[in-house]
Amino acid sequence: MSTPVLEAPGRANPARDHGRIGGGLLDPRQLLTSLPGAVKKLNPGTLWRNPVMFIVEIGAVFTTVLAVLDPSFFAWAIVGWLWLTVVFANLAEAVAEGRGKAQAATLRAAKRDTTARRLKNRSAPGQWDTVGWDTVGAGELRQGDFVVVEAGETIPGDGDVVEGIASVDESAITGESAPVIRESGGDRSAVTGGTKVLSDRIVVQITQKPGESFIDRMIALVEGASRQKTPNEIALNILLAALTVIFLVTTLAMQPLAIYSKAQNPGVPDSLALTADGVSGIVLVSLLVCLIPTTIGALLSAIGIAGMDRLVQRNVLAMSGRAVEAAGDVSTLLLDKTGTITLGNRQASEFVPATGVGADELAAAAQLASLADETPEGRSIVVYAKQWYGLRERQPGELAHAEWVQFTAQTRMSGVDLAPDPGTPGAGARLVRKGAATAVMKWVRENGGHATEEVGHIVDGVSASGGTPLVVGEISGGKARVLGVIHLKDVVKQGMRERFDEMRRMGIRTVMITGDNPLTARAIAEEAGVDDFLAEATPEDKLALIRKEQEGGRLVAMTGDGTNDAPALAQSDVGVAMNTGTSAAKEAGNMVDLDSNPTKLIEIVEIGKQLLITRGALTTFSIANDIAKYFAIIPAMFAAVYPGLDTLNIMRLTSPQSAILAAVVFNAVVIVVLIPLALRGVRYRPSSASKLLSRNLYIYGLGGIIAPFIGIKVIDLLIQFLPGMS
Amino acid sequence: MSDNTAGILFIASLVVALVLTHKPLGDHMYRVYSGVRHSAVERVVYRLLGVRPEAEQKWGVYARSLLAFSVMSLLFLYGLQRLQDKLFLSLGFPPVTGHLAWNTAVSFVTNTNWQAYSGESTMGHLVQMAGLAVQNFVSAAVGMAVAIALVRGFARKKSETIGNFWVDLVRGTLRILLPIAFAGAIVLIAGGVVQNFSAPHTVTTLTGGVQHITGGPVASQEAIKELGTNGGGFYNTNSAHPFENATSWTNWVEIFLILLIPFALPRTFGRMVGQLRQGYAIVSVMAILALAGVVLTNVFELSGDATVPQAVGAAMEGKDVRFGVSNSATFAAATTLTSTGAVNSFHDSYTPLGGMMTMFNMMLGEVAPGGVGAGLYGMLVLAVITVFVAGLMVGRTPEYVGKKIGAREIKLASMYFLVTPVLVLVGTAVAMGNRAGLAAMLNTGPHGLSEILYAFTSASNNNGSAFAGVTVNTPWYDVALGLCMIFGRFLPIIFVLALAGSLAGQAPVPESAGTLPTHRPQFVGMVVGVTVIVVALTFLPALALGPLAEGIH
Repeated sequence: MSTPVLEAPGRANPARDHGRIGGGLLDPRQLLTSLPGAVKKLNPGTLWRNPVMFIVEIGAVFTTVLAVLDPSFFAWAIVGWLWLTVVFANLAEAVAEGRGKAQAATLRAAKRDTTARRLKNRSAPGQWDTVGWDTVGAGELRQGDFVVVEAGETIPGDGDVVEGIASVDESAITGESAPVIRESGGDRSAVTGGTKVLSDRIVVQITQKPGESFIDRMIALVEGASRQKTPNEIALNILLAALTVIFLVTTLAMQPLAIYSKAQNPGVPDSLALTADGVSGIVLVSLLVCLIPTTIGALLSAIGIAGMDRLVQRNVLAMSGRAVEAAGDVSTLLLDKTGTITLGNRQASEFVPATGVGADELAAAAQLASLADETPEGRSIVVYAKQWYGLRERQPGELAHAEWVQFTAQTRMSGVDLAPDPGTPGAGARLVRKGAATAVMKWVRENGGHATEEVGHIVDGVSASGGTPLVVGEISGGKARVLGVIHLKDVVKQGMRERFDEMRRMGIRTVMITGDNPLTARAIAEEAGVDDFLAEATPEDKLALIRKEQEGGRLVAMTGDGTNDAPALAQSDVGVAMNTGTSAAKEAGNMVDLDSNPTKLIEIVEIGKQLLITRGALTTFSIANDIAKYFAIIPAMFAAVYPGLDTLNIMRLTSPQSAILAAVVFNAVVIVVLIPLALRGVRYRPSSASKLLSRNLYIYGLGGIIAPFIGIKVIDLLIQFLPGMS
Repeated sequence: MSDNTAGILFIASLVVALVLTHKPLGDHMYRVYSGVRHSAVERVVYRLLGVRPEAEQKWGVYARSLLAFSVMSLLFLYGLQRLQDKLFLSLGFPPVTGHLAWNTAVSFVTNTNWQAYSGESTMGHLVQMAGLAVQNFVSAAVGMAVAIALVRGFARKKSETIGNFWVDLVRGTLRILLPIAFAGAIVLIAGGVVQNFSAPHTVTTLTGGVQHITGGPVASQEAIKELGTNGGGFYNTNSAHPFENATSWTNWVEIFLILLIPFALPRTFGRMVGQLRQGYAIVSVMAILALAGVVLTNVFELSGDATVPQAVGAAMEGKDVRFGVSNSATFAAATTLTSTGAVNSFHDSYTPLGGMMTMFNMMLGEVAPGGVGAGLYGMLVLAVITVFVAGLMVGRTPEYVGKKIGAREIKLASMYFLVTPVLVLVGTAVAMGNRAGLAAMLNTGPHGLSEILYAFTSASNNNGSAFAGVTVNTPWYDVALGLCMIFGRFLPIIFVLALAGSLAGQAPVPESAGTLPTHRPQFVGMVVGVTVIVVALTFLPALALGPLAEGIH
C-alpha cells in the first residue's frame, strides 16, 4: 500500500519554481545608479587589489598620454574604450554592492539608537522590579548585562531571555510580520537587538559585544564591506595574475621582434600599428588588454558579492564567504528527521481491518471516531479516509443524536456515541472508539467483547515498523468488538526522495539524525531515501559522527537550533543555525537561516556550487575569447610587413584600425553583457560532475571561442564607417 | 612501398613497441622507487656519500640535496673541461674556453645537452666519459627523482616527507638507466654504431685531402643519450653521423629509446597513487599531443611547402638519404617532444611550418611525453591547472587524485608554468634587441628570427637541439643560453618539489559522484585543449613573425 504524501508546508520559495537557484534579475536602472560608484572605484589605491583591472588602468593612463602627444581619432577611440573597460568592471562590482545597500538601509533603520533599562544587579531572580535600573544607551551595554524590556520597547541588543515570556516582532530582520514567542529557558530564548517586544515583559541577558550585534554583522555582510576573499577566489586570483604576467611578457617581448621584422622589410611604409620603432604603444596596450583575462577579472568580485546576496535573498546569512564556498564542497549532509525530512506529525497511512471486518467498514468507523478529534493525527485519519475510501467528511453536527467523546489524556480515546436510530426498530445504540491500543482493547473487554490475538499481532507489527498503532473498536447492538488498526506514521515530506536522489548524483551523502529507535529510524530512512541514519542520537553522537566524517576528508553540513547542537554546529564545516534557535547555536554556526527552515541547507549547497561554477565558467570563457582576438589583432599588426599573415584575418575585418578597435570594444562590452550572468550565477542543475563539466565546457568553452568571432565581426561592420577606420 | 606508407609503418611500429613496453617498465620503475631494500652496491654508494638511505626528507631538504648535487656536478664538469689537457685521454685537445665550459657544464647537468661545440674536435675521451656520459645518467635520474617525489605528494597521506633524493638518484641510475642503456648500447653496436677507444684515424681522401676520423665509446653514450632524453651527441652532427646512427633501423631504436621511459612513467604514477586509470589518462594526453606533433611535422615536411623542396620534389635539404623525409621528421618530432635534442637532420632546413612544429613541440613545455621525469611532472602540473578550472566548473574546490588544489598549489603550479615562457620570450627579445644577439644569425628575415627563437626555446625547455644557423659559441650566447638552461631546469624543479611537499601533507578527499573524474576522455581532452591553447596564446606573436610569416602565403 502506498503512502499518501502531503504537501510540505513552509517551503514557499518562488525562486525554486522556475529553474533552480535563481537570483534577482538585473534592473537596467541599477547600471545607471551605480555609475558614480563605478567611477569612484577608478582610484588606483583601491583598484590595485584587482591586478588584472589595475593593469588595464595603467594601460589606459599610458595610452591617454600617447593620445595627447599624438592625437588621432583611432587613438582616442582606443583610449575611451580602455577607460570604459575599467569602468565596466567597477560597474559590475558597484551593481552587486548596490543590491545589498538597500537591505542595509532597512537594517540600519532598525538599529536606531535605543535606550536600555539595565538592571543594577540581578542577585535575586524574579525580583527584578525591586532592584531598580539605570537608563543607558544601547551602545553602552556589555556582555553579561541584564536589561528589562517591556511591550512596545525595542530590544537593545542580542541576548537570551532569562525571565518571562513575550511575543516579539522580528520583521526588521526576517521580514516576517507574524510575531514570534520568546521565552526563558529552552530553545526559544534568543532575542535579537532591534526587534520589538509586542506584549509582556522579559529580562534579557546581553550576549553580544558592543558593535558586534547580529544587525551590525548583517549590515556588513549585505553591504559587502567585510567581504573577505574566499580560498578558491584567492587561488583563482593567483592563476589570473599568472596569466596576466604571461601575456604581459608575450606582448612586451614581441616589440624587439617587431622592430627587427620592420627593419628587414625596409620597403614597407609605416602604418598606424607598426613603425620603425615597433608596434605603436596604443596597439600594444590594446593587444595586452585583449589578452589578459579581463572578463573574469572584472566580474570576479561581483560574482562573490552576488553569491552572498543570493543567500541573503533566501533569508540566509552567511557569516563568511568561506562558509558559502565550503557549502559547495559538502559531501555529507546531516539532516534532522523532524521538520526537515518528515512533517513532524504522525499521519494515518493504513487501515488494517481485523478478520471479518470489511476495509470500508473499518474506514467508516475510524472516520466517525475521529471527526471530533482535532489533533493532527485525528485530522489525518479523516483526510485519509476521504482520500483512499472516498468517505465524505461529515461535520459533527450532521449526525443526529450523536454524542461526541473528546480525546483526553486519561481515556486516551476519542469517539462518538450514536443514539439508536428511531427509524430502525430494535437497533441499539452504537458506540465507536479510536485510540491507544491498550485503552481501546481494555474498553472492548470491559464491555464484554474480547480482543483477538490477531489484533495484538497487527499492533505489534505496526510498532515494529516504526509506526504508531491506533485501535478502532465499537459496541453495536450490545456487542463489543475490535474493528481493526489504524497505522499512523511519520510522513515524509513531498519530494524529499527526489531531493536526496539529486544529492546522491551530486555526490552528497545524506544522513538522517533522529531520536527515534533504530527500527523506526530505519523505516523512515528507507522511505525518505536517505543514505544513512543515526538513531537515538545524542549531541555527543552527532559530534562523533561529524568528526568521523571529517577524518575521512569529507566536509559536513548540518542544521541545528538547540544549545546542545552548538558543539556539532561549531564542528561542522557548514553549520546553519535556525533563527528561532538559541544564541549559543547561532554563535556556533557559520550561517543563520532567518526563516528557520532546515530544508534550506540543500539550497545553500546549491548556491555554494553555483558560486564556484560561475567563476570557473567565466574564467574559461575569458581565456577562450583570446583566440578570436589574436585572429583580429595579429594580422592587423603585421600583415603590412608579411602579407601572408593576412590569411589569419579570417573575419575579413575592414582595416587594421577597425580590427583592433573592434577587439577592444568587444572586450569591454562583453563585461557589461555578462554582468547579469555574474549576478544571477550560471544555471545549475544537480547532476554528476562529468555532465556538469560537459555542459559548461560546451557553453563557456566552445561558446567562448565562437562568440568573439561573431561579436568582433559585428562591431567591425558597425564601426567601419567611423573616420580613420578605412 | 610508398614513402608515406613507410613513414606510417615506422610510426605505427613505434607505437606498438611503446604500448608493449610501458607496462613492464612502468611496473619495474614502481618497484624500484617503492622498494625498501638496498643492494650491496647501493649501500656502498650511500656510505661513500655519507647518507642514510632510510631517512625520509621533507621537500626543502629534498630540494637542497638535489641542488647541492647539481652544483657539485656543475663545478666538476667545468673543472674537467678546463683542465682536460692536464689529464689523460685528452686526445691532445686544449682546455675548453671558460664560457663554453660553463655553457657545456650547465647544459649537461640540466639534462639539456645543448652543444655549442663540436664533440669530436673539442672534448677528449675523459671529458666525454667521466664528465658528459656520467651526467647523461645522473641528470636523467634527477629528473625522474623529481617526478617520483611529486607522485609521492599525490600518493601520500598527511606526510611531511616526499622520499630521499639520494636513494631516488642512485636507484634511478643503477636500476633503471644503466641496465637499459647497456642493452641499448649492445643493440646499437649490432646495428653498426662504433664503440672503441682508438685515437683518430687519419685518412687521405680521394681528392688528396687529409681527414681525421674520430672513433670512441660512441654506442655506450648514444644509448644513454637517447634513453635519458639527453641528446648530447659524441659528434657534432649528432644522430645524423653514421657512427652514431648507422641505419634506418638504428634510427628506429634511437627514437624508441627516447620515448621509452617518458611513456612508461605515467604507469608508474598510476601504480604509486593506486589508480592505474589516472596513469592512463596522463599517458593519453601525452600520446595525443605526441601523435599530433609527429603527424603534423611529417605532413609539413612531406608536403614540402617551400620554394626549393617544390623545385626538387622533396624537402631533403638537411636530411640524410639514409633516413629520408619521413623518418627524419619523426625523429625531429620525437626529439623535440621529449627534452632530448638529439637530431638526425637539420631543423634549420625544414620547411617553415615543419620547423615551427619542432618549436611548438618544445613550447608545449616538454610534456608530450617530455624528458625523463620532467615530462611527467610537467604534465602533472598542467593537469593540476586544468583540474582547477574544470573543478570550479563542477562547483567544488578542485581536487586531483584526492588532493585539493588550493591557493598554495595554484601558486606553485602557476610559477612553474611561468618560468619557461618568460625565459624563452625575454631571452629571444633581448637577443633580438642587441647587437651581440643579432650578429650570430645566419639567415635574415623571419628565418633568422626563427633561429634565435628556436635557440632560446630549446635552452629554456632543456631540449638541447639546435635549429643550427646561429653561431652560438660566442661569450654572449654561451652565457645567455646557459642562464636559460639553469633557470629553466631548477626553478621549475623547486616549484614542483614544493608542490609535492604541499600535496603530501594533505589528507586525501574521498571520491564521490561530485568529484570531477580525471580519468575520462573528457578530462584528457580538456588537458590537451588547455595545453595547446595556453601555449598557442603565449607564443603566437613570436611564431607569427618567424615561421608563420615565412610559411603562410
